[in-house]
This record gives sequence, C-alpha cells and structure tokens, in this order.
Amino acid sequence: MLHLALKAFFPGRLPFPLLHVDTTWKFRDMIAFRDDLTRRLGVDLLVYTNEQGLRSGINPIASGSSLHTHVMKTEALKQALDLHGFDAAFGGARRDEEKSRAKERIFSFRSKDHVWDPRHQRPELWNLFNTRVRPGESIRVFPLSNWTELDIWHYIMLEQIPMVPLYFAKERPVVQRDGTWIMVDDERFPLRPGEMPQTRRVRFRTLGCYPLTGAIESEAETVEAILEEMRTTRLSERQGRLIDADEASSMEKKKKEGYF
Amino acid sequence: MEGDRIQAEPEKDLLRFITCGSVDDGKSTLIGRLLHDSRLVFDDQLRALARDSRKHGTAGDEIDFALLVDGLEAEREQGITIDVAYRFFTTQRRSFIVADTPGHEQYTRNMATGASRADLAIILIDARKGVLVQTRRHSLICSLLGIRHVVLAVNKIDLVGFAQAIYEEIVRDYLAFAQDLGFTTIVPIPLSARFGDNVTSRSERTSWHSGPFLLDHLESIDVASGISALPFRFPVQWVNRPNLDFRGYSGTIASGRVRGGDSVVVATSGLATTVREVLTADGPLEFAEAGDAVTLTLADELDISRGDLLAAPDDRPEVNDQFAANVIWMGEHPLVRGRSYVARVGTRTIPISITAIKHKIDVNTAKHLAANTLALNEIGVCNLAAGGQVAFDPYEANRATGCFIIIDRFTNETVGAGMITFGLRRGTNLHWQPLLVGKERRAALKHQSPAMIWMTGLSGAGKSTIANSLEQKLHAAGHHTMLLDGDNVRHGLNRDLGFTEADRVENIRRVGEVAKLMTEAGLIVICSFISPYRAEREMVRGLMPSGAFLEVFIDTPIEECARRDPKGLYSKAKAGKIKNFTGIDAPYEAPETPELHLRTVGEQPDQLAQRIVDMLAARNILN
Repeated sequence: MLHLALKAFFPGRLPFPLLHVDTTWKFRDMIAFRDDLTRRLGVDLLVYTNEQGLRSGINPIASGSSLHTHVMKTEALKQALDLHGFDAAFGGARRDEEKSRAKERIFSFRSKDHVWDPRHQRPELWNLFNTRVRPGESIRVFPLSNWTELDIWHYIMLEQIPMVPLYFAKERPVVQRDGTWIMVDDERFPLRPGEMPQTRRVRFRTLGCYPLTGAIESEAETVEAILEEMRTTRLSERQGRLIDADEASSMEKKKKEGYF
Repeated sequence: MEGDRIQAEPEKDLLRFITCGSVDDGKSTLIGRLLHDSRLVFDDQLRALARDSRKHGTAGDEIDFALLVDGLEAEREQGITIDVAYRFFTTQRRSFIVADTPGHEQYTRNMATGASRADLAIILIDARKGVLVQTRRHSLICSLLGIRHVVLAVNKIDLVGFAQAIYEEIVRDYLAFAQDLGFTTIVPIPLSARFGDNVTSRSERTSWHSGPFLLDHLESIDVASGISALPFRFPVQWVNRPNLDFRGYSGTIASGRVRGGDSVVVATSGLATTVREVLTADGPLEFAEAGDAVTLTLADELDISRGDLLAAPDDRPEVNDQFAANVIWMGEHPLVRGRSYVARVGTRTIPISITAIKHKIDVNTAKHLAANTLALNEIGVCNLAAGGQVAFDPYEANRATGCFIIIDRFTNETVGAGMITFGLRRGTNLHWQPLLVGKERRAALKHQSPAMIWMTGLSGAGKSTIANSLEQKLHAAGHHTMLLDGDNVRHGLNRDLGFTEADRVENIRRVGEVAKLMTEAGLIVICSFISPYRAEREMVRGLMPSGAFLEVFIDTPIEECARRDPKGLYSKAKAGKIKNFTGIDAPYEAPETPELHLRTVGEQPDQLAQRIVDMLAARNILN
C-alpha cells in the first residue's frame, strides 16, 4: 500500500504521515524494517502506544489475546486517531481475508466513537466515493479491498518491493502452541514447564503481535517460492491469527468496536 | 515452465459479475459452490464451515455452501444476505470478482451497487417457480445499470427431475420479456448449485443441454466493453505540484487513450492545449489507456483543478448545467424536489437539485407511473439542475462519465445514484448577459456592503418583530434595506404554494433568488422566514458570496411560542385545524452554526435587533 501511495503521488511527496500502533509486542525484525524503511524514504512516521494500557500491565500472555487486542490495538488506534484529529485513515485490509471484511466498503464510515455499523453502510457505486464526514467522524479507506493475497505477492514480485524478512523462511526458535508454531522473539515469552524452543524453518503469512501470530513450516526463501507455496497450500492466510479464533464472528465484533 | 506461468498470471483478464435472485433461489450456494469446486476454499475455512453448517445450516448433514458467503453474524442467523459481498476467485483462464447481492424487495439499492461495476449478471431462477416478478426486477435494474451480458441460471434443476420441458418453458418466458432490455447476450444454463450440476463441469444428468456449463461460459465470454476505444476522458483527481517547476494533473483515465503530443481540451471551459508527457513513477509512458493511473503534464498553463475533465477536442463530452437522468433513490427519507443536494460526478463535487420527476418506473412491470417524489428503492426519470456546468456523456455511451451519486448535505449519506440520459436544451441555450455595473459599485454608492440577513425560527419566535426593529435601526442610520417576510411573500410571489415539504422547499428557493437579486442591487436584505430545513438555508447560503449570508437563529422554546401565539395558529394546529405546522406535526431543524444565535426569552426585541446591528458593524457590512 505504501508503495502504491508513493507511486500515486509521484513526483509529489506523500501528503500524509504513516501511523504505527505499537503494542510493544511486535516482532523485532518488523520494527527494524519499519524504522529503516521510513528513514530511507523520508516519510513521516508517527508511533503510538497506549501508555495507560501498558501501565495497567496489559500484555498478550497474561491478559489473553482478546483483552490485549482490544486495549493495545483497537483502543490505541482510536486514541491515536483522536489525538491527531485524522478524518481518514488508510488500511491494507482486503475483502478476501475474512467474511465480514468481504462486506465492508472501500470508504468505510466510522461514527464519532469509531464504530462500524455494518447494517447502515453507505452504498458504493461505480468508482464514486462519498468522502463526506462531520467533525469527529472519520473514514477508514481500504484501497486494496479487491486484491487477493495472490495479487499482493504477484505485485511484490513484479515491483520488487522490499519485505520484512519474517515473510521468508529461515531457521527460527519456535514452540508449538495449540497446533501452531509461535516464535520466541525475545526473553519475555514465558516457556511452559519442560518446554524448550526448537529450531524450525518457518515463515509468517501475516504479522501481528509475535505471541499471537502463528508461523508455518516452509522452505520458501524468495517471493517466487512463496507464490509457488501459495498455489499448493490448503490453509488461509489468517489461520495463523489467533485473535480471529477467539469466538464466532470475532472479526465482525472487533470491527464494530473500532478495529481496523 | 512453472516460473513462466507465475510471470504470466497478472496479465489474466478480470471479469466482474453479479448474481441476482430472490431469497432461496440459491445465490450464495452457487457462489460457495464455485469457490469450493475451484478449490479456493482453504481447509481451515472448510472446518469453520462444517462447524457453522451444524449450527445454522439448512442442508441437513451436508455442508451448506451458502454459509461460506453470508458474512455477517446477523445473516448467518437469519439465513439471508443483507448486503453486497464481494468474492474473488481465479482459474487458469481468468480472475473473477463476484458481487453477491440480495434479492429482497427493500434492497434494490444493494443490487444497483453490485451491478454498477459488473460486466455480466447471473440471474437465478428456481426451476420449480419459473420467471417471477423479482426476475423482471433484477433484469430491469441490470439493464438500467448498463450490464449487457446475462446468464439465465435455471437453478434447482434436480428438484424438477432434470426435466428439459420445464427448463425450455422458463427460457422461452424469459426471452420474451427480456428482448426490450438491450442485453447483447443471454445464455441460459440448467444447473444445481447444491449438487454442482453444470457449475464447474458438464452434468451427465442434463445430457439434453447443448450449451456451455457455467464456469466454461464465465471463462470464455468476451465482455470487452471497448472503453479504451471510446473518446479520451480524464477526470482530474489531483493537481500534482511538488515544486514551482512541475505542474501535473493526476488521475485515472476514464475512457480512451492518450499519448504525448495529443491535443486535449478542458471540457467546461473549452480551453485547448497539448499533452507534453504521460508520466508515472516508473518514468514517462508512450501511451496510456482507460484504467491507467497517470500524471499528465501539459504544454500550456491553464486554470485546471480537481473536478475538471480533460477530453479529446474532436469528440467532446456534453457540457450543461441541466440534464435528465434515471435516478435510483437510496435514502430512508424520500427525495424532495427542489432541495439542494450534493452530487459527485467523476471527481467533481457540485450542488444539485431535482427540478422535476417526469415519472417513476415500476421495476416489476417497467410501466411508467406519475410521481411527486421517490422513496427508498424507487427509480425515476428526473430532470436535474447542477450548481454549475458539468461535463458528461450519456451513460449509454460511456459508463465512466455518465454516472453520479447524490449525497444528503446534512446526514452525508449517499441517498441516490443517477445515470444521465441527455442534456436539457434549456440549459444549453441560456447564457449569462454580462452587466457593466457590478453589485459592488451599486453598493458603494450606498456606503454599505450588500448582505442577506436570514432570520430563522419557529412561528411566534419573534422573527418579524426583531426584523422590523432591525430595519428601523438600519434605515435611521442611512442604510438601504429591504425586508422580506414569510407571510407577505405568500400573499403574492408564492401564493400558489402550500406547506408540504416540497412546497416549503420551493418557497425558500424563490425567496432566496429574489433576495439575491436585491443584494445585487446593493441592498441589505432582511429575510424573516421559518425556513425549517437546514438544506434550504444552506442552499440560499450557497447562492451568496462567502460572508454575505448571515444566518440569525431566533431561538424561542416552542412552549413560549405557543403561549405567545400572536396569530392564534398554535391553538388551531393543536386542534388539528392546520396541517404541517412547524413544531407540531412538521419538523424544525435548528441551525448548527448560525452567525448569530439569539435566545429571546427575557430579552427585548430592540436589544436583540441591536445585537444584529453590532454584528453587521463588526463584519464591515455597514461602512
């Protein structure tokens, strides 16, 4: 999405800043990539963390994925948008990711409280988008709505877009939890009694908070190999996201609360 | 080679289609089946599906494919699709985007939404029921929205024992009524979404069927709309001006092709220039065509901004401020004739009002009915007037430049969608006669700036009293004024108007135009009108230059107005003798940000009028 935005405004500069909601539990490689990329491109990066949540000791391990996601992602995002008074925020979500996303508009209206009301969405015809909001209201904009995961990787290949290394297979320290591989990214990760991190060749298809993001065993070290792997996989991209499995209709519920 | 296949993939073409059918015709099941049989459902999704099928499914012990598509919790529980959902799948030959749209009567707007970007429609018919009223409705909407290719999917053929005679009768019925709808192709297919007959492979059980199976047809049909062969149209989305040495115009080509050296005109002004370069982040292009996002640099510096349309000089769009269109109403609140809405036409945002509803279209019979308004999900043929010149092509000729959406100014909801049929002659042949003495010069003689003071409030709030006091004060100070009062205007200019919403809108429109003419004569015009609707007050504001329209809210609680009741109207209204009385059985929308908010309780009219004078002085209207 950043690549597309840079191209769209060329030769002009990106006319908006980037915002990262940092839960403090993101993969270290991802943070390093973020900082390096924004420095190299000379774009403005805003980083926001819900300090109050941090002070109350919220974390993905002790608090559970549901509470952690709500406080450190959903609430933090709302706080950050309010703080800067943004009336629109771009997101990379796609309709093929999840069933409730399939019904979301490209310009998705949010009330003053950032609430998504799936039953009262503005009809979206042709490519004529209704961008009007009153003060305090906002729009989440999803330019990649109609792309599929396969489209994304094709585009990455064709445009040679740099990626976070975690998307590519490498030997990494992991433990098995609930049938999925979780990476031990730093010393905060509590091992269960008798549990020992093993080294496996794994990669990630999506990057959330590291204790909540499952890796897949893979040999794909290049974009081409990832594309080939996707052709044969029998699992969807978000299967590694433990937060989706919290409860039935989990994503719809989170989105109504203000999640991206 | 495998690698070559991957490389070639992005070049696959894309087919957008919609599925339409009534509840229980099996739309979602059909899409679920297409996804499943194309091996596009992943194992974890299939496990979730099996879990959901046991909980909500209607297919017994089998997997209910509809649940794969019905995304929202409420829908899974009620077993209906309540909104437009988009699905994606890719085969060896093509990529597909499917809009799944509901068949409920109240959801015409969703179908129109799905159809607006589709090239093909699958119209589902339950083989047991045949062609229904809904089938006609869906076909008519597809036709209006410009879809030219139809698949007639006669579903549940298993439930009529794969009977050829039943199938052929349905096809005959359909072709008979669809012949006037302008479809280029109509391909009938007998199928069973639930069991997969003729969906992704040919079924042995319909050996009598000589036509294609569904996926085969979807993969091979040529829907090329020839949009790149149409005349060049480029709606300017953004003026790209990173530094003083560069000025480019960014946007997506709506139709046609462009290359460096081509002549172009700015459609509304008619100014001509040539394209210097077709630029992208990857460097200049030799040429670009419909769908490409590019930045154009031009040989001359013209006044071009967002919303302008660049076009081929030898085949220009029509430019007009009045046109006729098919309008689909999508708002909960019915259309109000004469009300000022906002339209998006291409990248342009412009005030718009519906000046006449010629007739509405009964979507079930295609008959024309007389209408004063359009309610949710109704379709009408309307005349519209825009707040400026608009460049467009008839929708039939160009789907990209002949459409618009209508937005309510206050709720900001998208309340309508329109497809332009033609420009109205009366707009084309009317031109402004330039005047040599401007309003500033007329006003300068009077030592004042022309302005419109708009007093709004409930009946009995004190508007007329304060307005009279204000005019006396201004007059005494030597200013030239005019006072327009609601009741007085209704004795003459507006005596043909009543108190319905549409008549109130027209009342204010006329008053606004008259008051504007008076400000052009250099006067300070005091308008005293209940003017209950924000939209109309904003419309009048829009007639005036910025700063010359001053809204004054005369704020008196309704209990106090009813107690004062200077004309005895409240007691009549409460007794039911007056209908549509503001505050009793008609709404009053208070101003949100008036220039002056006067609460009258406990105040003297004289002092309140003085506060208006003070405001005018502070704003340099009284020199």
